[in-house]
Amino acid sequence: MSVDALPSAERGLSRRLVEIVVALALMGLAGLVLWDSYGRGAGWEGGPQNGYFPARVGWLLMIAAAFALISAVRARRREIFVTWEQLRQVARVFVPLLLFVLGVAYLGIYISSLLFMALFMLTVGSFRLWTVAAASVLVPLVIFWVFEIQFLVPLPKSPFVATLGF
Amino acid sequence: MDDLQQLLLGFQVALTWQNVAFMIVGVLLGIVVGVLPGLGGPNGVAILLPLTFGMDPTSAIILLSSIYWGALFGGAITSVLFNIPGEAWSVATTFDGYPMAVQGRAAEALTAAFTASFIGALAGVLLITFVAPLVAKFALRFGPAEFFGVFFLTFCSFVGMGKENKAKIVASLSIGFLLAAVGLDTISGDLRMTFGQTELMKGFDFLVVVIGLFGVSEILLTIEEGLHFKGKRAAIDLKVVLKTWARLPAYWATLLRSSVVGMWMGVTPGGAIAASFMGYGLAKRFSRRRENFGKGEIEGVLAPETAAHAAGTSALLPMLALGIPGSATAAVLLGGLLIWGLQPGPLLFVEKKEFVWGLIASMYLGNVAGLLIVLATVPVFASIMRIPFALVAPIILIVCAIGAYTVEGSRFDIWLMLVFGFVGYVFKKIEYPLAPLVLALVLGDRAEDAFRQAILGSGGDLSVFFSNGLVSTLMILAVLLLFWGPITDLFGRVRGRRRLDPRLAE
Repeated sequence: MSVDALPSAERGLSRRLVEIVVALALMGLAGLVLWDSYGRGAGWEGGPQNGYFPARVGWLLMIAAAFALISAVRARRREIFVTWEQLRQVARVFVPLLLFVLGVAYLGIYISSLLFMALFMLTVGSFRLWTVAAASVLVPLVIFWVFEIQFLVPLPKSPFVATLGF
Repeated sequence: MDDLQQLLLGFQVALTWQNVAFMIVGVLLGIVVGVLPGLGGPNGVAILLPLTFGMDPTSAIILLSSIYWGALFGGAITSVLFNIPGEAWSVATTFDGYPMAVQGRAAEALTAAFTASFIGALAGVLLITFVAPLVAKFALRFGPAEFFGVFFLTFCSFVGMGKENKAKIVASLSIGFLLAAVGLDTISGDLRMTFGQTELMKGFDFLVVVIGLFGVSEILLTIEEGLHFKGKRAAIDLKVVLKTWARLPAYWATLLRSSVVGMWMGVTPGGAIAASFMGYGLAKRFSRRRENFGKGEIEGVLAPETAAHAAGTSALLPMLALGIPGSATAAVLLGGLLIWGLQPGPLLFVEKKEFVWGLIASMYLGNVAGLLIVLATVPVFASIMRIPFALVAPIILIVCAIGAYTVEGSRFDIWLMLVFGFVGYVFKKIEYPLAPLVLALVLGDRAEDAFRQAILGSGGDLSVFFSNGLVSTLMILAVLLLFWGPITDLFGRVRGRRRLDPRLAE
């Protein structure tokens, strides 16, 4: 697939930009660690203080990230991190997943799983409706059977499911 | 001799009907994990680990290590039939395995791959049986400085042997260490790097991080590539198996070479991935049918599979004997041992003989069981790949979320999983290696404790790391491995010049 043949599909987020952002984020993280460690004390007080080790690792991260930053800035190759089309695909998975995790907090795992299965199968796949319905109902039931009954591991539940006596 | 007796006792432990059942279940689950995208060895073990907390530790580790064997076997199925490596270590298997499948020799390729895996694993287990007790006995003399030396050696060899950008490997290692340090400091009792957030007080659990980094991210990557499975079909019958086995002795040199490469790469944490490529490369260089490689040469299947399994199995040696895992999956298993209250390392061989030898015996049995099961069930597992991804993916993601939740029963951990899933996706795409991060996260606390105890003993003087022959050797080896790339370059240049010299003299 040459670039000329598919001009629109080949456009996307530049890898160089992502590399630079990640390296800067890591340097920020290292800075945070150093600030925290030196704040508590990273020296010697009858023994190494509890910031001693993290501070040294923090410096290591700072230096490594700086190197990564330099090589990213100097990179000549124009590579694409992810094309817009790919990003759209990833978002179609990531957004339902985000909603699912959000749902677990309010609806518990069973109802969220049901909704997540249905949403995912409808947006990503091309299934008949009854397949979607069957899968979305069956999966939470199997999970319930495996975890609550077989392994006796309680999972987060909504008040509704909790009233069923588990 | 004493060890062999212990091994026999171990077989008695492993051969109870209950443990054999766990072994079979583990292998089956492992193959599923190896075949499905998004569920790899480390991730599969991490998700199931919390479910085993209530089990007897010996049974639990037999179950989990069997998943590991299964995953090693399973990776080959997708490589040969679908040209999609289920695991990174089976990438090299696709080079010749898939062409063989295209030529209609899929059954032969699969038999070769599984048998080679078995031979490699056997080599690794033999190594563990005979060498691990010696290493453990030797390591009983280690003090904190020596232990830090071994940790240092491990981390340096990761940096030195890694193929990725060195700065990125160091960054990845550092992140692992820092994540490990978050939360309650066990020595001073203070909270570190929590920034006033109560959720961070308990720190980052490595299982949650592994599930996010390896599981969620893998699903995102798979969906991005757009899945179009066009697989070859294969059913293995006994005739093909026997015919393939009859040809194997002719390749003894390749099998032996790959086993040795694998064992070496597994013990030093070069890992199964590097070992499989090295095994393939060496086989190609020495083979008489070199030009046939890449077009469906059986030797090209045997070499990487043997090496990958020998490495994958040998990675458990340092984990058991020193408490230092040689791979990401071994790191997860080690985390499990810690949760069960077993401190891996030299003392384990003295205090928990039954456990250690039971586990080693189960490695023999688990691989035999794995070989038989995988040969018999290939068609079933190949059909898993034909289930639409849009149905499998949400189930995998739900299982990941449950796995993250059950570690500590915390809903916050599901959010962490999501965050690390995103981080893993970005890191994989811009080639920050994930294995060093996991390794440092698991070992971080113990490496730090060893470091602090060592310099506490010396009053802050770093020369404690060169105070005796043993620790100096470890540190010097570590530095040599750290600069492995530049050193070999230098040697190569010197040798190259020598080779040039005679020509110049002519």
